[in-house]
Amino acid sequence: MIDFTFTEEQELFRKAAREFAETKIAPHVPTMEETNRGWDEVIKELAEAEMIAITIPQEYGGLGMGYVARLIALEEIARVSVATAMMNQIFGLGIEPFIKFGTEEQKKKYLPKFATGERLATVAVTESSGGSDPKGCRTKYKKGNGTYLLNGRKCFITNSHTADAQVVLAVDEDNPDVFTTFIVEKGMEGFTPTHEEHKVGMRGCNTGEIEMKNVSVPAENVIGGEGKGLKVAMAAIGDVGRGGMVGCALGLQQACLEAAVKFSNERILYGKPISNLQAIQFKIAEMKIDLEAGRLLGYRAAAMQDKGERSSNEFAVAKYYTTEAAQKAAKMAVDIHGGYGCMEEFPVTRYLRDSYVLGPSAGTSDIMKVIISRWALS
Amino acid sequence: MLNIVVCVKAVPDASIADKLKIDPITKSLPRLDIPLVINPLDSHALEAALQLRKKYGAHITILCMGPPPAGNIVRECLALGADKGILLTDPAFAGADAFATAYTLAKAIEKNGPVDVVFCGMASSDGATEWVGPEIATFLNMPVVTMVREIVEDQGDEWIVKADYEHGHRKVKLKLPAIITVTRNLNQPGALSFSGILKARSKEITVWDREKLEIPADRVGLKGSPTYVTEMTHLERQRKVEILEGSLQEKVERLVQILSDAGVV
Repeated sequence: MIDFTFTEEQELFRKAAREFAETKIAPHVPTMEETNRGWDEVIKELAEAEMIAITIPQEYGGLGMGYVARLIALEEIARVSVATAMMNQIFGLGIEPFIKFGTEEQKKKYLPKFATGERLATVAVTESSGGSDPKGCRTKYKKGNGTYLLNGRKCFITNSHTADAQVVLAVDEDNPDVFTTFIVEKGMEGFTPTHEEHKVGMRGCNTGEIEMKNVSVPAENVIGGEGKGLKVAMAAIGDVGRGGMVGCALGLQQACLEAAVKFSNERILYGKPISNLQAIQFKIAEMKIDLEAGRLLGYRAAAMQDKGERSSNEFAVAKYYTTEAAQKAAKMAVDIHGGYGCMEEFPVTRYLRDSYVLGPSAGTSDIMKVIISRWALS
Repeated sequence: MLNIVVCVKAVPDASIADKLKIDPITKSLPRLDIPLVINPLDSHALEAALQLRKKYGAHITILCMGPPPAGNIVRECLALGADKGILLTDPAFAGADAFATAYTLAKAIEKNGPVDVVFCGMASSDGATEWVGPEIATFLNMPVVTMVREIVEDQGDEWIVKADYEHGHRKVKLKLPAIITVTRNLNQPGALSFSGILKARSKEITVWDREKLEIPADRVGLKGSPTYVTEMTHLERQRKVEILEGSLQEKVERLVQILSDAGVV
């Protein structure tokens, strides 16, 4: 028997997340848009509302609520601010390797502080050569006596400047087939967040580069075991990273739909609201169809994840579908607004810009198709 | 430790007020298929109880009469921090006016055990009679202060509260146990939190029907209601635009006149 309904508790999670987004995050959006900053205040809000603690097990100070709850929270936050949902989803992505692959000592040391927001996490895989081919990684490590020496650069790293602990993928200098992930911490000598990006959308969500010059990382900071780096990075990105992007996309779709409905009911043309015109109705119908279908794909994958099942393929489908649909929805919402859709006082312009950042994050649509076709052909 | 009861009503979500349909036969708002929320003023009543618990320690019981979906509202109150919930639900309770509602709530308060303070919202956003609190007090033979905007003194069993009246405030001394109905000026209700929702998992919601309360059938619901609604209509809202003409002085005078006519100044 399949039950497609949310539980009473999940409905309360949604209500709590929506109230949080509307009262605590919405006031920060104008500053984020104008300055491409404001993340310190937003992170404080996220931490106070326990939004960073959702997936962290209760024994390590988190809420242990799982991935459906995470998706609900991200969807509601993204409905108000995709930039905020994005930074929160990447905190979750950074936390995931600690939950799945961390030693007991690592879990005890890091997770309670991640849960309170006292420390923040991210994952650093992508390099200038690309993010979807982690084997092309050029950040190298050299094993020493109880330490590892890291050298290299990572780019397009969300939370690059805000994260205190970054799970960095590197390749063994002496063996190009061996990849390992390391916990690189703010303050380690030779580790520097460098260039800050100015993205077309998701303004106020920190993205940038990090540089490692002879960073000496102690052996206890290896996460997942030496040589297991690809598994660690891909497991985090495949399930949690893509799952997070689905939350961002669904929230944006919902925002586009609401904006389109509101505007089309208020805008009078030929003496009637334009929502009476079939051309507009069909656009709204398409947005609604995509949103409903995307939710089914996304929440199905998250429910599988909660059951401990492998869900990366299902999330690849959901990520492809929802991020494409979000771009489509944003364009249609802008189109429905006519000339007003070009004016920045209308949020649809932000939605359109944000929608174009959804695609490449955690793997482009074409990469999703590579994964999906591999799944179908296997 | 104080024993506090907070009376909470599940009311139709005001954000969809324009979509509400009035039942042409019963002249009431059917509540089974519409989103229900906590009556906004009851949130302030709950917040008052939570603040007292923080100061002195208290056990907070939520008391809610309504159809089974109102149980979600009780759960939400538990997530906001209340300790225990009681849902009074029975088809026989349907159609209750303020008198029958207050009688049923009073019987439940009695059954629940000793109480120091009962908090209610001053009014519900749907019925808006403002009678339920005072009528509970009558049935329980307790003092009542309505429209409380500030609890000035809350130590011991003699409290001082500041309450609104039409053109000002009054300070009232009251002896516990007592009923207090509150206004939105009393406090700022807290927000739902994820950890609060998780804590609510282990909190108990008791369901009582008419038989459990041992109330005769003719004292509840429509049968027990000396008043009933004969007509209910939607308020027509119309937008009106007036562009002010003339000199600055004339415009200001006209604006003051408009605001005065509207009762704003």
